[in-house]
Amino acid sequence: MAQITLIEAVTMALAYEMDHDASVIVLGEDVGINGGVFRATVGLLEKFGPERVIDMPLDETTIAGVTVGMAAQGMKPVAESQFEGFMYPMLDQIASHAARLRNRTRGRMHVPAVFRAPWGGGIRAPEHHSEANEAIFTNIPGLRVVLPSSPGRAYGLLLAAIRDPDPVIFFEPKRIYRQYKEEVPDDGEALPLDMCFVLRDGSDVTLVTWGAQVKETLEAADALADSGISAEVIDVATLKPLDFDTIHESVRKTGRCVIVHEAPRTAGFGAEIAARLAEHAMYDLLAPVQRVTGYDTHIPLFRLEMKYLPSVQRIVAAAQQTLAVS
Amino acid sequence: MTIAASFEIEYLQYLDTTGKATRKDLPEFARDLDHMIDLYKTMLFLRVFDTKSIALQRTGKLGTYASCLGHEAVYIGIGSAMQEEDVFAPSYREYGTQFIRGVKPREVLLYWGGDERGSDFSGPAHDFPWTVPIGTQCLHAAGSALAFKLRKEPRVAVFCIGDGGTSKADFYGAINVAGAMQLPMVAVIVNNQWAISTPRQAQTGAKTLAQKGLAAGLESLQVDGNDLIAVRAAMDHALKRARHGHGGSVIEAITYRLSDHTTADDARRYRDDAEVKAAWEREPLLRLRTWLELAGAWDEQREEAWKVQCGQRMDEEVNAYLGTRTQPLEATFDYTYAELPIDLVEQRTAALAAESASH
Ligand SMILES: Cc1ncc(C[n+]2csc(CCOP(=O)(O)OP(=O)(O)O)c2C)c(N)n1
Ligand SMILES: [Mg+2]
Repeated sequence: MAQITLIEAVTMALAYEMDHDASVIVLGEDVGINGGVFRATVGLLEKFGPERVIDMPLDETTIAGVTVGMAAQGMKPVAESQFEGFMYPMLDQIASHAARLRNRTRGRMHVPAVFRAPWGGGIRAPEHHSEANEAIFTNIPGLRVVLPSSPGRAYGLLLAAIRDPDPVIFFEPKRIYRQYKEEVPDDGEALPLDMCFVLRDGSDVTLVTWGAQVKETLEAADALADSGISAEVIDVATLKPLDFDTIHESVRKTGRCVIVHEAPRTAGFGAEIAARLAEHAMYDLLAPVQRVTGYDTHIPLFRLEMKYLPSVQRIVAAAQQTLAVS
Repeated sequence: MTIAASFEIEYLQYLDTTGKATRKDLPEFARDLDHMIDLYKTMLFLRVFDTKSIALQRTGKLGTYASCLGHEAVYIGIGSAMQEEDVFAPSYREYGTQFIRGVKPREVLLYWGGDERGSDFSGPAHDFPWTVPIGTQCLHAAGSALAFKLRKEPRVAVFCIGDGGTSKADFYGAINVAGAMQLPMVAVIVNNQWAISTPRQAQTGAKTLAQKGLAAGLESLQVDGNDLIAVRAAMDHALKRARHGHGGSVIEAITYRLSDHTTADDARRYRDDAEVKAAWEREPLLRLRTWLELAGAWDEQREEAWKVQCGQRMDEEVNAYLGTRTQPLEATFDYTYAELPIDLVEQRTAALAAESASH
C-alpha cells in the first residue's frame, strides 16, 4: 500500500474511476501533457489518451458549459479549473444549468459532473490564486460542495463525487497538497458525501473547520491540551449537504463551539453552522459560538497573507474565550 | 456562385531575421536613427530587467514571475506608439510598454513580490493594473474606449491578450462591442505560440487569430512581432484610425515565448528544445541590433556600455524593491471601500489586537 500526498490521492482517484468507468473523462486547461499546473492529472494522458484527457481552449465558460452538455448526454466529466479564482466565468453554467437541469426538466435530464479546483491561500501565489470562495457555491441549490483535508478523504470523497448523479464542486486545499503522506489503499472505496469527520475527541470545546485550516485547528487543539483543555476537532469535509448531526452531537457534549475557516467572515459557511447551532443547539451551548475566519477583505498578496489566514493563536484565543464564559 | 463576403489577412514585416529590410518603404519614425537607438536601448534594458527578475525569484527574493523574454519588440512597439493620455490594459507581462509609460521596475517587482503597492504604479493613473484572470482586461479597454467616445475625447484604449486568451468570451465580447460601436480600441494579440502547455493550434480552428477581428468588423492584420518596426508601424496606423473616429483594430503579433510560462512552470515537460532553439534565431533584439549596426548607428562597444548602465539601473531598482518594508496589516482593510464601514472597523481593530498579541 502506498504512502501518498493529498494531490497524489486526487490523481489516484481519477485514475481508478477512469479505469472502471469509461464514461469518466477529464477536461481543463493544461491537464494533458503538462499533467495540470499542480500535477493532479499527471500520467492520465499517457494512460487514457487524448479523448479522455482533454486540453481545452482557454475559456472557463466553455469548459463549464461543455461539461454540462457532456454530462447531460450521459458522460461523467471531471472539469478542472486551474485555480478557484478562475471559476467565476463558470458560475453561469454551474448555477443556471449544472445545478438545476434536473429540476428544470422534472428529472428528465441531470448533470453528473465534478468541477475540481485547487483552493485557498498560503502558498505565496500571485494575485487571484488564493481565494476561499466555497460559500458562493454552498448558496446554490442543487450542488454538493466538498473540501477534503487529508489524502484518504480526498481519495474517497473524489470517488464519491464522480459517482454522484448530481454536480459536485470539489475544492482541493492546495496549501496542504503535499503537506504529508498517508497510506491510502487504491481499493475504489468511496466515502459518504454527507458526513463530517471527527478527527480528535474532546470534551470541553468543539472546533469545527475544513480544508487547509484543519492543520492549524489540530495544532490549536494540541496547544489547548497543554493548558488542560480538551478540544474535539471536526473536519466538515462536505459542506453541502451539511451533516449537522455530527456537529450537534459534539456540541451537546462540549457546550462550546469555535468555527474556523479562511474564507471571509460575512456569509461565510461558518455563518450557516452558527445559525444551525442557534436553531437547534441553543440550550446545549454554555457560551456564544465563536468564529475565527478570514476578514471581510480581499486576501492580501503574499507578504501579508499569513496575517489574514486564521492562526493557531487566534483559534486558541477563541476557544479560551468560550471557556471564560461560565 | 455568389460570394457573400471574402477577406484576407495582411502580414506586415520590415526587417527579416538577419536585420535586412524586406521592403523599401520604411516608415518615417524608422528613419530617425536616434529614435531607433532609444527604442533598441529600451528593449535591451527590458531584457536585463527580465534576467534579473528571474534571478531574484530563483534566490527566493521574488514570488512567481512571468517573464517577457522574446516579447520585447511587441511591448516596446506598443509603448512607443501610444500617447500618455491613451489607456493601456495589460495582461501580466507587458513591462516594456509600461516602462515607457512611466511604471518603474521596482513596482513590477513589488507586485510579483507580494505587495499591492506595485499596482499603485508611477505610470498614468488611468492605466489598468496587471490582469491575471485571463482576458478580463479586454472588456475594460472596450469600456474605456466607450467612455472616450461618449465624451468625444481623442483617446484610444489599448489592450494586450495572449493567443490563449483569444479563446475567452471576454475577448470576443470586447472586439464585438468595439466593432458594433466603432470604438477607439486597439487589441494586440501577443501570439507567442503557447498558453502554458497548450499550443496555439489547440485554441482555435481559425487559420489566424487576426481574422477573429474581421468577424467583429475591426481592421485586422498580422505583424512580425519580433520586428519592432512592423509592430510600431501597425500600432501607429491603428491608433491614428481609432483617434480619428474610424474604429478599432486587431493586431496579431507573431512572436515566441522564449521563457517558461512563469517561474512556476517547466516548459521542458511539453515543448521541444529544438523549437525553442529555432525561435532564438528569430528573436527581436538581434535583428534590430544588426540593422542598426549595418546603418553604422550601433556597435559592440556601445552595446557593452549600455549593458553596464542597464545593470547599474537595475541594481538601484532591486535595492529599492528589497528595501521596501512590508505594509502594515491595516493596509489589508483600508482600501476595501472609500470609507471603512463600521463592521470592518471592528474587524480591523480585532486583527490589529490579534497581531500585537502574537508578538
Ligand atoms: C481565467 C483564467 N484561467 C486560467 C488562468 C491560468 N493561466 C494563467 S496564464 C494562462 C495561459 C495564458 O496563455 P496566453 O493567453 O497565450 O498568454 P501568455 O501567458 O502566453 O502570454 C493560464 C491558463 C488564468 N490566469 N485566468
Ligand atoms: Mg501565449
